[in-house]
Amino acid sequence: MRHEFIAKLCELAARDPRIMLLTADLGFSVVEPFAQAYPDRFVNVGVAEQNMIGLATGLAEAGLLPFCYSIATFATLRPYEFIRNGPIAHELPVRIIGVGGGFDYGTGGSTHHSLEDIAVMRALAGMMVLAPIDGPQAAAALERVWSAPSPVYFRLGKDSPRVAISGGQFELGRAQTMRRGAGVLLISTGALVAETMTAAEALASGGVQATVLSVPCLAPAPLADLRTALADANAVLTIEAHQQAGGLGSLVAEVLAEAGLARPFRRLAATQPGAGRGGSAAWLMERSGLTAGRIASAARELLLLSRHEPDSVDHSTHP
Amino acid sequence: MEPDQALADQQILSSRALRKLILEESYRAHVGHIGSALSVVDILAALYGGAMRLNSPDDPDRDRFVLGKGHAALALYAALFLRGWLGRAELASYCADDSRLGVHPTHHLPGVDFSTGSLGLGLSIGTGSALAARLLGKDRRTYVLLSDAECNEGSTWEAAMFAGHHRLANLIVVVDVNGQQALGPTAEIMNQTRMPELWSSCGWAVREVDGHAPAAVREAIRPHHQQPLVVLARTISGRGVSFMERQVRWHYLPMSDEQYAMALAESEALL
Repeated sequence: MRHEFIAKLCELAARDPRIMLLTADLGFSVVEPFAQAYPDRFVNVGVAEQNMIGLATGLAEAGLLPFCYSIATFATLRPYEFIRNGPIAHELPVRIIGVGGGFDYGTGGSTHHSLEDIAVMRALAGMMVLAPIDGPQAAAALERVWSAPSPVYFRLGKDSPRVAISGGQFELGRAQTMRRGAGVLLISTGALVAETMTAAEALASGGVQATVLSVPCLAPAPLADLRTALADANAVLTIEAHQQAGGLGSLVAEVLAEAGLARPFRRLAATQPGAGRGGSAAWLMERSGLTAGRIASAARELLLLSRHEPDSVDHSTHP
Repeated sequence: MEPDQALADQQILSSRALRKLILEESYRAHVGHIGSALSVVDILAALYGGAMRLNSPDDPDRDRFVLGKGHAALALYAALFLRGWLGRAELASYCADDSRLGVHPTHHLPGVDFSTGSLGLGLSIGTGSALAARLLGKDRRTYVLLSDAECNEGSTWEAAMFAGHHRLANLIVVVDVNGQQALGPTAEIMNQTRMPELWSSCGWAVREVDGHAPAAVREAIRPHHQQPLVVLARTISGRGVSFMERQVRWHYLPMSDEQYAMALAESEALL
């Protein structure tokens, strides 16, 4: 996903001399094609994420289009106030590329896990928040928004899923229906959509049909698409490589509540193991229940529960 | 042709007029930060009185100014007014409801390029602005006014290292060295006796000057041409008002009627 993104950025940079790539000393084996093609427009600012965003603010004010590259947690959390008081407050077209959302840098440990980036970026008024599924969609999203006047946050997976499934489709403010089924609605974002699709296949082999909705564009939120899908659903499960508060599940809960839709609803989200324990991305995802098998079993449990939930609350025991 | 001579010949903005406006407006609005504003009066007099190339607020190629120490915004508003870029009525809206003039400046005001107030952001943005001018081949400069307390912020040094490494000679920083920060003297909170060496080790040309001598400040802020320049301007917070000078309380307090009358009389006696 990172490589496709940078390849597209090189292509756009050939068209538009305003495009610059800034890195806070990260991107080995990823950023080189840009650095080699456009050495004058590539700046390694050193290990200084706050300054990277401050620089980008000054550059954008002068009419340039800076893309700021780092690991997702460093790109968002460390310079958060600079993002708020810089590109957001000044409404300048600074782009932030956060690589490795969720547990992608698994063995790197908790400092390298990006579990809050969607929440904090969503909290910024005017920030576009995009989490593509795969490389072709990352390139399509970049092609769509590269010259947008607002700031943009790209949450990219460190490695692309083995099989690209987006079809290279991306629409701003829209969700993408990956699969239709009447049994349960699974909603996911970013690279985890691939795992969710595998879960849907497992469910289908057990006779449960799922709709899979991908949300590659979290802000502007695909409110209309979510409302439609939620209205049609029997039960809703959200799946995200992000902490529960403020992420995709929170967004879906907000839409459900505001639309007055009562549906059996659960959120699968990432949790840190705690007590200094760590491991591979695969282990951390398994622990959080974010693998195809665990997603499928969570969906089955939710359906079972929903069948046993009474239609209305029994008030007879109350005085 | 060195363009600075023509500018140096221009009339210096009156420090006395700046001080009077600061006292009038802070009294009327009944807000503090008077000491911080009075601290930078002579620096702004030099910058807005000829040192910066300022054709009109709408000219994208004029010099940029970043008020790192955003809490001295009233001094900036007064300078913009004297420069003719801000109306008297709007200046009188300082800190009123629905005003564009708050305690910290916003870029929605003509001639204010960047909103500031959060310390440590200013030099970073200013460095980006200077880098942009170089990349775009523009012959403009970026001036940044920092407070000495702002040099406590790590991000200030991220930017200082970057500008030094990239030899951004179109970047000029003035540090308002009044030796005082929000809760006391810098000597007690974060000692800055090694400031010249710190900037110098980041690749900057360093000059020190009496920050209350506008002509000397103007002379000191002539760009170095090979390196970014920092001017460590020794100042006195609350300058010109005896009971405010070097008093931490005037970082915060508004004036009473009596204090206002005294302050006006004293500051007018000063050049």
